[in-house]
Amino acid sequence: MTVLALRNVSKSFGPIEVLHGVDLALEPGEVHALIGENGAGKSTIMKILGGFLDPTTGDLLLDGQPRQFTSGPQAEAAGVVVIHQEFNLAPDLSVAANVFLGREAGGFRLDHRAMREGTADLLGQLHSPIDPDTLIRDLSVPDRQMVEIAKALSRKARVLIMDEPSAVLTHREVGALYEQIDRLRGQGVAILYCSHRLDEVAHLADRITVLRDGRVVRQALRGELDENGMATAMVGRELQDFYPPKGHPSDALALQVTGLTVPGEVHGVDLSLRQGEVLGIAGLVGSGRTELAEGLVGLRPASAEIRVNGQPVHIRELRDAFAAGLAYLTEDRKEAGLLLEKDLRVNLTLATLERFGGFRIDTSAEDAALDRAVADFDIRAPRRDMQTGKLSGGNQQKLLLAKTMLPDPRIIIIDEPTRGIDVGTKRQIYAFIRKLADEGRSLVVISSEMTEVIGLSDRILVMRGGRIAGEISGPDMTEENIVRLAMGVSSEAA
Amino acid sequence: MNRLNLHTLGPIVALIALIILGAMLNPAFLAPANITNVLARSAFIGMIAVGMTFVITSGGLDLSVGSMAAFLAGVAIIAMNAVAPALGVHWGTILLGMGVALLGGLAAGWLNGALVTKARIEPFIVTLGTMGIFRSLVTWLADGGTLSLGSGLRTLYRPVYFGGIGWITWPIITFAVVAIIGEWMMRHSRFGRHVEAIGSNERVARYSGIDVNRVKLMTYVLLGLLVGLAVVLYVPRLGSASGSTGVLWELEAIAAVIIGGTALKGGTGRVWGTVVGVLILSLIDNILNLADLVSPYLNGAIQGVIIVLAVVLQREKSTADER
Repeated sequence: MTVLALRNVSKSFGPIEVLHGVDLALEPGEVHALIGENGAGKSTIMKILGGFLDPTTGDLLLDGQPRQFTSGPQAEAAGVVVIHQEFNLAPDLSVAANVFLGREAGGFRLDHRAMREGTADLLGQLHSPIDPDTLIRDLSVPDRQMVEIAKALSRKARVLIMDEPSAVLTHREVGALYEQIDRLRGQGVAILYCSHRLDEVAHLADRITVLRDGRVVRQALRGELDENGMATAMVGRELQDFYPPKGHPSDALALQVTGLTVPGEVHGVDLSLRQGEVLGIAGLVGSGRTELAEGLVGLRPASAEIRVNGQPVHIRELRDAFAAGLAYLTEDRKEAGLLLEKDLRVNLTLATLERFGGFRIDTSAEDAALDRAVADFDIRAPRRDMQTGKLSGGNQQKLLLAKTMLPDPRIIIIDEPTRGIDVGTKRQIYAFIRKLADEGRSLVVISSEMTEVIGLSDRILVMRGGRIAGEISGPDMTEENIVRLAMGVSSEAA
Repeated sequence: MNRLNLHTLGPIVALIALIILGAMLNPAFLAPANITNVLARSAFIGMIAVGMTFVITSGGLDLSVGSMAAFLAGVAIIAMNAVAPALGVHWGTILLGMGVALLGGLAAGWLNGALVTKARIEPFIVTLGTMGIFRSLVTWLADGGTLSLGSGLRTLYRPVYFGGIGWITWPIITFAVVAIIGEWMMRHSRFGRHVEAIGSNERVARYSGIDVNRVKLMTYVLLGLLVGLAVVLYVPRLGSASGSTGVLWELEAIAAVIIGGTALKGGTGRVWGTVVGVLILSLIDNILNLADLVSPYLNGAIQGVIIVLAVVLQREKSTADER
């Protein structure tokens, strides 16, 4: 008995049709994964299902009957709840206030107790220890996601649409998420699960729909499609050698760091990096990976003895790091990497404006630099003067990489190189990283995706609690070893 | 360029409409004497508003400029009166007064900027505080009354406001130069680019190696300097300062910036828009005074409507962009 379905749905924006005759059926008690590259039409489908967009032609069927939602809240009232990637929670309100937001218990006077108890009850069902009185701002990202799920349950969700729920979670937290999904599935909720992580799709989904260019190109049941098959279906060609071949780092040390301490976050970390090497840093979120990188390049107060090519350098602010040939590409593309409302040119040269003229900015030199960046990093933008925020995630990331590379750094620290971008662009970025290393540059790649760290790195450091828990290289670079070190399970055995 | 849409041109269209309306209502409107009068009166708020454009574009705000102007005028007058017996009624004395106003503006702007960047207090709070402080100080210096420049000095100083090249008086010339330099800096200088970047997203600016605090501090210093410059040209107009000098200038300056299309949240600065905004505000005032259509007492109400309208138009632009 299908709960929610699309029947021959097409959607056009102006003259451009982005969905072509899509059929999709969500069954109760089933996890249905929707996969596809960025731009394949996943978010349009989610918006139509969630009541935020209307199909141009075709029908949205609820319990077999054609329905038209005019708004998200109307869809929610019918039991269709979307959990967006960016959470819809008011940070200054408590968990209980958020769960009951818009449907507060009580009359004119709020019934705080009923709401608190109702929330505690829901969180209890989810086996979550969160206190309903906590403010959202004091919760970790996975806990916030738990609140979103509780909120969805409180709306008697029959259909739950999840947009990349694991993108913000670490390995362990993902485990907790899977448990919740299993529990919801057991309760008969129909779940649409969008994800870029093919391993989790293989693990979770009872049914898989693959989208390409606005069409359903493949539907499969659990076990019918392995990760390789999914990737092939998504891109429409064989994905051989997803990761570039490993390099040949020289013996010369590009960077030596001794006793790097970021107060409260990182405790006396030593690391060394050879020329032409890609060093992976793995670990749980909160293990101090980003703090390590930001402390190293002067974005956080830190103390350390740093040598670049054997010469001692003092890095007190980011400018000092640039001067020493270091560059850092942030994990937070949208909030720390790019000015989303500015055009491509302004973003590209922002960190290196002094190279483009004196007091006056030489705009034609900037344009020439943008031409080179677009060619070198294959940035696909319909217009140069468009807002950067309107580019796809992958093209934003390429622009950010171009911006980071503009001062020609010798040592590049890349934090989450492929967060939230599609498979095709991921592969391109991996190739860029390897090419930079082959040019004799040295790279540090921080990533939560274990396959990525393993696939890219010549050597991996695993962090735990602000310290290096261990180093692995060669055939020892396995997910199992990383998890063991990251979680602190019998590290001597690793 | 599709940048030149109705939204961008809106303020100019409004300005032209006002000029046509003014000319239709009263032929005296286009007389050189009236135009000089309008432009010269716009000049003080105008120069301050150009500085305010930088502060607002970087994500800041300065409520203290009106009080600061009164305070600087008072201090400059006291300084000139104090040295007049020794130096005599002399251009040297006037230059010293000008120097006091400019340096005082620099220092006052630095104080605001330092409290915002170094003490990390919200610009609204900081400048609300300094607004009260400057206002109270000038009232205290004037002992509740008026500080007047000695009559000899006043006569000597007068041409700085009333003189000029032909009917274009010095305040108009100075305002034009400030506006042109300001527009150039916002568009073509590294400083302007950094100001826009910080207002657009401060964290991105910091992660791009921009010295965010220094740039922000500089916007307040620049604004303070321009307040000082406005004072230099304002003092010869009346030759006095009191507790009621420059009242509500801060709101007029902020209104001009907003009408001109600079977003209050920062990130996009339009100096030429600010200039247009200043002219719109003074033209409304002027037209109401020249025509008997509406009571001049309703000036504030009409200006208020225009400000709200300008912001509504801005928002309609951004929602249109979403589609």
